[in-house]
Amino acid sequence: MQDWPLFEVFIRSKNGLSHKHVGSLHAADAHMAMQNARDVYTRRNEGVSIWVVEARHITASDPEDKDALFEPASDKIYRHPTFYDLPDALKHM
Amino acid sequence: MTNTLSLEDRFQQRIDNEEKIEAKDWMPDGYRKTLIRQISQHAHSEIVGMLPEGNWITRAPSLKRKLALLAKVQDEAGHGLYLYSAAETLGAGRDELLHQLHTGKAKYSSIFNYPTLTWADIGAVGWLVDGAAIMNQVALCRASYGPYARAMVRICKEESFHQRQGYDILLTMMKGTDAQKKMVQDAVNRWWWPSLMMFGPSDIDSPNSAESMKWKIKRLSNDELRQRFVDMSVPQAEILGVTFPDPELKYNEVTGHYQFGVIDWEEFWRVVNGNGPCNEERLAARVQAHEEGAWVRDAALAYAEKQKQRNSSQVA
Repeated sequence: MQDWPLFEVFIRSKNGLSHKHVGSLHAADAHMAMQNARDVYTRRNEGVSIWVVEARHITASDPEDKDALFEPASDKIYRHPTFYDLPDALKHM
Repeated sequence: MTNTLSLEDRFQQRIDNEEKIEAKDWMPDGYRKTLIRQISQHAHSEIVGMLPEGNWITRAPSLKRKLALLAKVQDEAGHGLYLYSAAETLGAGRDELLHQLHTGKAKYSSIFNYPTLTWADIGAVGWLVDGAAIMNQVALCRASYGPYARAMVRICKEESFHQRQGYDILLTMMKGTDAQKKMVQDAVNRWWWPSLMMFGPSDIDSPNSAESMKWKIKRLSNDELRQRFVDMSVPQAEILGVTFPDPELKYNEVTGHYQFGVIDWEEFWRVVNGNGPCNEERLAARVQAHEEGAWVRDAALAYAEKQKQRNSSQVA
């Protein structure tokens, strides 16, 4: 048998929060993936909204590129508010 | 300095620092293989574990019990699916994993090769078998492989309902007639030793353990987990008013633990190697369900293909 395609499942746990990845499942199409996601991942009120996306459509960063992607951020301390020394007299900034 | 470290050393360093390993990270082949074997065995256990309980869904003594048992069995299916997904992140194909189960190449927990003879067995399975499983699974929530650990967290959240559900069945029966009380004791007698065997061979006879501990796929040894389970279960049995079938079971003042008799490892290996009371029946039921569902899977795929073509021709 040919495997059904793999879908990644994202759930918004409650109103106002972002969708978060919870796992994956196989389904023949997106409609079935949605129904299965409901049964597999939300049996106890885990969410108010579900996204499913076929896994092959996701482009992920390579762990090997971690330094090239994220290292440059760590030496830019001037991007953070704590970098700036301001007079104590100044409240609320 | 770090550049001179081998990939293996750097990997071990990450493990030692309690970093989680994710799907696309470099990992030794052995780590990948051990995980695929362990996670898929675990998934198979959840799936086969539905069978002994499914046996009682239509015969549950009340609608309330039936609903709870249905929900529990549905959870087991869900747990199997979380775990298959976790195994697939390591490059194992779902089809291949199922093939290994159906051909007997892959193992599942031996406990499911015992029969559920009476309604009290459903209570005893929930209390003892799920209790032992929880003991194992709580430790696995801290496993070094991220997708596995996250699946275990979800599973543990759901398992405690299973154990309470089982214990509640037995509590109710223990308030019933003498025949019902006897039925509970009989079920406990039959499930106690197999439950202790669920933790696997003793540490000295467990060849893969040291490596799994080093890689933090396993966080506690088989014997440690088994001891914790015994210590937890004895007071629960007292509250219930049943005894365990072990004349050597007693509290040891010095160690602060309950000591117990020798496990019949011959029985354990006999059942693991396919000669338990229900091995053939369980596997046959699995294979039958899979084969009889083939046309549904094919039809769903054909339907999806047709919809896709129809949609693309509309766009064009």
